[in-house]
Amino acid sequence: MSENTKQVKQLDRVIIRFAGDSGDGMQLTGDRFTAESASFGNDLVTLPNFPAEIRAPQGTLPGVSSFQVHFADHDILTPGDAPDVLVAMNPAALKANLGDLPKGATIIVDTHDFSARNLTKAGYDANPLDLLETPGSELDGFNVHPVDLTGITVGAVKEFGLSRKDAARAKNMFALGLLSWMYGRPTEGTETFLARKFAKDAAVRDANLTAFRAGWNFGETTETFVVRYEVKPAPMSAGTYRNITGNLALSYGLVAAGVQSGLPLFLGSYPITPASDILHELSKHKGFGVTTFQAEDEIAGVGAAIGASFSGALGVTTTSGPGVALKSEAIGLAVMTELPLLVVDVQRGGPSTGLPTKTEQADLLQAMFGRNGEAPVPIVAPQSPGDCFDAAIEAARIAITYRTPVMLLSDGYLANGSEPWRIPEVADLPVIDPAFATATNHTSTSTAKDGTVTETEEFWPYLRDEETLARPWAVPGTAGLEHRIGGLEKGEGHGNISYDPANHELMVRTRQAKVDRIADSLPPLEVDDPSGRAKVLVLGWGSTYGPIGAGVRRVRRAGYDVAQTHLRHLNPFPKDLGEILARYDKVLVPEMNLGQLSMLLRAKYLVDAVGHHQVNGMPLKAAELAQVIGELVAEAEGIPADQLDLSVATSQEVHQ
Amino acid sequence: MTLTSNRADLPTPGLRSGTESVPTTDQPQTGKDFTSDQEVRWCPGCGDYAVLKAVQSFLPDLGLRRENIVFVSGIGCSSRFPYYLDTYGMHSIHGRAPSIATGIATAREDLSVWVVTGDGDALSIGGNHLIHALRRNVNMTILLFNNRIYGLTKGQYSPTSEAGKVTKSTPMGSVDHPFNPVSLALGAEASFVARTIDSDRKHLTEVLAAAAAHRGTSLVEIYQNCPIFNDGAFDAIKDRDTKADAIIPLVHGEPITFGVPTEDGRATKGVAHDPATGGVRVVEVGDGEGQLSESELLVHDAHNPDPSVAFAISRLTDAGYLHTSPIGIFRQVERATYDDEARAQLATAGASSDADPAERLSALITGADTWTVV
Ligand SMILES: Cc1ncc(C[n+]2csc(CCOP(=O)(O)OP(=O)(O)O)c2C)c(N)n1
Ligand code: SF4
Ligand SMILES: [Mg+2]
Repeated sequence: MSENTKQVKQLDRVIIRFAGDSGDGMQLTGDRFTAESASFGNDLVTLPNFPAEIRAPQGTLPGVSSFQVHFADHDILTPGDAPDVLVAMNPAALKANLGDLPKGATIIVDTHDFSARNLTKAGYDANPLDLLETPGSELDGFNVHPVDLTGITVGAVKEFGLSRKDAARAKNMFALGLLSWMYGRPTEGTETFLARKFAKDAAVRDANLTAFRAGWNFGETTETFVVRYEVKPAPMSAGTYRNITGNLALSYGLVAAGVQSGLPLFLGSYPITPASDILHELSKHKGFGVTTFQAEDEIAGVGAAIGASFSGALGVTTTSGPGVALKSEAIGLAVMTELPLLVVDVQRGGPSTGLPTKTEQADLLQAMFGRNGEAPVPIVAPQSPGDCFDAAIEAARIAITYRTPVMLLSDGYLANGSEPWRIPEVADLPVIDPAFATATNHTSTSTAKDGTVTETEEFWPYLRDEETLARPWAVPGTAGLEHRIGGLEKGEGHGNISYDPANHELMVRTRQAKVDRIADSLPPLEVDDPSGRAKVLVLGWGSTYGPIGAGVRRVRRAGYDVAQTHLRHLNPFPKDLGEILARYDKVLVPEMNLGQLSMLLRAKYLVDAVGHHQVNGMPLKAAELAQVIGELVAEAEGIPADQLDLSVATSQEVHQ
Repeated sequence: MTLTSNRADLPTPGLRSGTESVPTTDQPQTGKDFTSDQEVRWCPGCGDYAVLKAVQSFLPDLGLRRENIVFVSGIGCSSRFPYYLDTYGMHSIHGRAPSIATGIATAREDLSVWVVTGDGDALSIGGNHLIHALRRNVNMTILLFNNRIYGLTKGQYSPTSEAGKVTKSTPMGSVDHPFNPVSLALGAEASFVARTIDSDRKHLTEVLAAAAAHRGTSLVEIYQNCPIFNDGAFDAIKDRDTKADAIIPLVHGEPITFGVPTEDGRATKGVAHDPATGGVRVVEVGDGEGQLSESELLVHDAHNPDPSVAFAISRLTDAGYLHTSPIGIFRQVERATYDDEARAQLATAGASSDADPAERLSALITGADTWTVV
């Protein structure tokens, strides 16, 4: 069959999920497909999903690792609720993912591992592929393509003399080649990538390249696949783009904060999923004056960062929820000593060890209150993978300007998910002035018995800036500004130990007032309310931005009015938040926790916030949100339940 | 008896000094320059006073700029120390001073970094940070005030208290086996380990000088009397009548001898290898039966790259009430320091390059795989 007999179908968007055993290289496959789609110019959002075990027992359900990529010819916000295409490399991958597929979805299955033993391991009594023609069977209603991906791969790479096992490992590249053909992806990037990645071993390199090309050719020549699909590039605003994950963008944001403040960056960190990649990434950038210290534990990591900040660096510590718990006392020290410090919490499922590789937003109240005493800490949260870059710079601005620890709350979904990112011009990035103290700031007078008055120039480490209430940051090595700070309460101004009740009251209130003043430096909240008639406001924070935005769009498409706003600053809240909340009849707050932001909003603004909570380790889904939003809109607008039509908004149509 | 000096020998000629990259001053300094305006608030008779005085009068000897000296402490009576010194300082949180000092020392080559800690601070809550600082060999000097008790929290037993110690929290006696801080430090492969006594200003000062001169983590255990909650813990080594038998002075390059000397001034006790255990033992010195001659004694070698002998010597310290204790520098060897190596990697990676940082940042965030939308 020649190529021109293949039919080409236009699609506006496609969701593909690659699934296989942890050792099958599904993350790499997904990454490559994503990179190809990005360079093609589609908008895209990805969702990697992998087990906490590095290599769970082969062929079992817990060992399944997957990577979902949603790409489109228009602006999209989520990795997609349900895949249109599933690539399943073994029975377990099929079993584990089938439930997420809408009927009509395409399934490409590697038949190679469908042995009796593997079927049993995956919990199948009978081979589901034998029952394809049987009405009512598990795979009935799906568009299934059973292909011996492994067998064909092994045959295709025979000439390179690899062991059977090594030859079979190239099967993921075969699958990638096939899918690349099917969706007309550019292949140069992957070819260059493979040549670079396996440069050290010519046989492995050639086997992977050959498998990749063989996959493409298989699509082109075999009669199994009669349709190719085309998803046009998405219109995007002018600029240079790249694909970026949240952890990478956050790392770059930290490097940029160092450059933009002129401060050397010092990271003190202890490895923990899903934050470790920031440590890995920053350790590559010593050329920017970035020091990375892999500490003996989380406490030492934050301790060293505080020490570095005291000596004039930008101290950063990166971790996840369990690490924040360990760092709490030291963060309190940074509150008391009023030193700049960035605490990056890449949230994961909790409590305790919880779900290390899954996402959640349940550390908000820990970030807000998780310390002894009145210890206010500003909180900044990025809303998408690329936004982690700007959020990191913003967190650094607050930390340095206000001399305070700042929490940067990312999460597992942002950390590993990716999206096209318009690369900013460095000249457009904010400049941060550390404004170190260089001279004494106080004159004290003493009168001797004989009446002679002596004046002494002194440095008072707790004499504050009137506007920001920030204290001076005097760095060791500055002559004449020698001073001592510490965790004991400080006397306002002079900073010596003070147990005076009135002073303590003043200092507690001043530390709070300083954090509250940050709101003066924040831009007004952007509220998206196109018709201006919405009665319902949907308010979120952090990584739920994409799903909420997608849900809101769906509800609008169904013909209803709804407004959306999203919080980047959770402490302090933007000044206009209270007034905005008051404008709407109902406020919906979807969160990946049991209502932590709702609780803060209710306490502060006495608003009857309605929560929508999901804590299953996965991002919120647009269709489900559309349903929830739609129902609230109906309630607010007085639309009877039987007249509410959300079918456009909640359908799970397959895009092909 | 006085403890003889190791000072002429330290740092080992040719080695980098601990304060080498710290700016110096020509201005004459006195102890007063290092005294802050804060009222010192330890109990009367507390050993901490003597150590403070010794440190204040020793610091001018270093000839460093005052603004380039940083003292970091944890929590405890002893950890109030930084408030009383007119240098930069941080009184931090319980047990964490070594981590904070690690950040300071790594970020700033031009600072002389000191840690002040107690036996509880360093060995209970901060034990992990202490051993890791020692293993990394970060350039700093740790003064471990060992009063064998929790002073600030009013007298509970500490990880250096002798087993059976009766305190508020152990009315029937503690059942914990104590740490020997020197053994612990040697086990962590510390490059400089010494022990001294609060009341012996001369020895204390000499040890401080050697510790400051050493590049890497110097651990100085200071026996410190707490007259309120553990009075007399070190009487045996302080009392005129008993100290000759109690203190085993360690002097590099000399045979280890102690004990009340004979009339003609010869040592009566010494330390020798113990073939039975593979460790060391205390022996009687003389010509009599079962006695060893001075030439058969162990010659103290602080620079021995193998810490085993120093460890064996450290085991001569009483774990119970202190009747015998080696005092002096157990170990002083050269080993790469964490902070020097970390800075060297930054330099190799071009941290000090003249290239425009904005351009480099732009190249970094752009990466290799981009596409342009017009
Ligand atoms: C996190 C924490 N736990 C407990 C304490 C209470 N505490 C303060 S000092 C101390 C023990 C201090 O003993 P040591 O280090 O030997 O110092 P000393 O007072 O004897 O000089 C304790 C338990 C504290 N301040 N912080
Ligand atoms: S309690 Fe003991 S250690 Fe603390 S100040 Fe008083 S005497 Fe010194
Ligand atoms: Mg103590």
